Amino acid sequence: MDIHEYQAKKLLADFGVIIPRGGIAYSPENAENKAREIGGSKWVVKAQIHSGARGKAGGIILCNSPLEVAQATDKLLGKKLVTNQTGPQGKIVNRIYVEEATDIKKEFYLGLVFDRSSESIMVVASTEGGMSVEEISKEKPESIIRSKIEVAVGMQKFQAREIAFGLGVAPELINRTAETIIGCYRAFSELDATMVEINPLAVSGQGQILALDCKMSFDNNALFRRNQISELRDKTQENPSEVYASDRGLNYVSLDGNIGNIINGAGLAMASMDMIKLAGGEPANFLDVGGGATPEKIVKAFKLISMDEKVKVILVNIFAGINRCDWVAEGIVQALEKIEINVPLVIRLAGTNVDKGNKILRESKIKYIEANSLEDAANKAVKTLKG
Amino acid sequence: MAVIINKDTKIIIQGFTGKMGTFHAEEMIKYGSNVVGGVTPGKGGTKHLNLPVFNTVKEAVENTGASASILFVPPAFAADSAMEAADAGIRTCVAIVDGIPSHDMIRIKRYMRRYSKSEKMSLVGPNCAGIISPGKSMLGIMPGHIYKEGRVGIISRSGTLGYEAAQQLKDLNIGISTSVGIGGDPINGSSFKDIIGKFEEDDETDAILMIGEIGGPQEVAAGQFAKDNMKKPVIAYIAGLTAPKGRVMGHAGAIVSAYGESAVEKVEILREFGVTISKNPSVMGETVKEVLSK
Repeated sequence: MDIHEYQAKKLLADFGVIIPRGGIAYSPENAENKAREIGGSKWVVKAQIHSGARGKAGGIILCNSPLEVAQATDKLLGKKLVTNQTGPQGKIVNRIYVEEATDIKKEFYLGLVFDRSSESIMVVASTEGGMSVEEISKEKPESIIRSKIEVAVGMQKFQAREIAFGLGVAPELINRTAETIIGCYRAFSELDATMVEINPLAVSGQGQILALDCKMSFDNNALFRRNQISELRDKTQENPSEVYASDRGLNYVSLDGNIGNIINGAGLAMASMDMIKLAGGEPANFLDVGGGATPEKIVKAFKLISMDEKVKVILVNIFAGINRCDWVAEGIVQALEKIEINVPLVIRLAGTNVDKGNKILRESKIKYIEANSLEDAANKAVKTLKG
Repeated sequence: MAVIINKDTKIIIQGFTGKMGTFHAEEMIKYGSNVVGGVTPGKGGTKHLNLPVFNTVKEAVENTGASASILFVPPAFAADSAMEAADAGIRTCVAIVDGIPSHDMIRIKRYMRRYSKSEKMSLVGPNCAGIISPGKSMLGIMPGHIYKEGRVGIISRSGTLGYEAAQQLKDLNIGISTSVGIGGDPINGSSFKDIIGKFEEDDETDAILMIGEIGGPQEVAAGQFAKDNMKKPVIAYIAGLTAPKGRVMGHAGAIVSAYGESAVEKVEILREFGVTISKNPSVMGETVKEVLSK
């Protein structure tokens, strides 16, 4: 789960990371008022969406008066901001963060992630703050400092100091920088995060170490024990179909193609999408109804797919194991009694009692094209599409 | 002897009396697995499915001599149960459960470092279908009858894609020595490399089919291992050709976040290591057949 910049800043501030003074606003008046409260003479108005690269997309505006803050807020609120991470549909701006502008002397990159190779938490830092970590690894790989943290004992001060020295931080700021890094580690570890990123981590003209932009992501599997984090979810930043699906226990990812598919199991779903692609088609979605493929889940899956206007043909591929094909077939027949499908349907069943399952489908009233292998199903779906 | 479990392996069920535990215990017993009892804290001393229930894994091991366990406990308690199994001297523990927090998985793996290599439990999963040695024993939730006895080893992150492979092989009259589901999470108890090494040493296995997917460094690590240390042929299929970067595709671990984690990149790297690639998921069986006939 992703959260907004201002939420991440607030969480990290609780772990001793210093952030510029700021406040959240929902209207231009609100923003103007926040600017006066914060004080100073320069402010940054920042669109809060779940995406990086907001600056290049016009989502971050430097202002010289509270009036300008109000105008910038008016310009951004309610707009869809398209960045290189949001896709062409963009993300809607419902909240504005007003922050005092910082006089930046130096910018660093600081990130914490799970390292799947070493199964530990990895701290990544670079002197090239402001660039994305992908850009840094491409253009300035020599600037990257990595440090693996042993989770059983947590991050040690010397490890944080080594990073700070590696970044070339001035001697009087070493301790503060180390505290910031350890604060991020503690937040990562204590809040079940999967990613913490401060970019840039800035040295200000006043000699402070400040987090100017923050991003945090969390382990969905751990939300059951992190109410404080669950509450920060902003569904307006997610694809509506994906929200609909996740609320109903379906694993769904919306894609750009026009072949909708309903599969049981994540691996088989990816494999079916691969077959569609190899047959010359494009999948409209990834959808895993779960290994069991229960009738209830199949009904929900058909509802979800039928809401997607891109879909011109639906491919159903179920490998029935302990749940038998006859049972799955009955589920499909029941689902199609409840939902009207106006596009061609290709069904491939495999596994236990496949003959019985196919017989039930053939003898039912549903109109569909029968397929007998993964390849056959994909070919038939693509062929149907091309008429 | 099969690679991890055999006909005599004594199995206990952790989370025995729950709905999932009961259902799959019955399936395993029907298949012929040697299930000797189970653990449900607070229900010790009672009987379930005509088998003894214990309060702790330690008691279960002391009383039954069990060496393998399978977990059917909710994700919030799974880490605790896995560590309890390791401490009680269980040799192989399969965690079926989907939804264990990554931080908990790291904790389990750190906890297990206290044991020497010879004493260390091997954890398989989580979020997996388990292990089956056809005709011998099933320590998992797969439909046992689609697995024909034979000499091909399967390792798969996905459950249903592993079933698809078993069915394709059966249709070609090719059998399986052991199939291991290692699970779809970012951090697994056992990696492809851990299991592929066991297959290399297994005199009942002639070739290994590795079914991977996008995300993580595991397939590449296993490919490197195969190149450096193995004589038996390895066949691989990598799912997720069409998966967009940065999106989780169902499995928590199926996300491309670094170089070498996409399906195309993994396929390229594995080919360089001498692994035979099944070009699509429909020909996993045929590709194995071709390799075996060489």
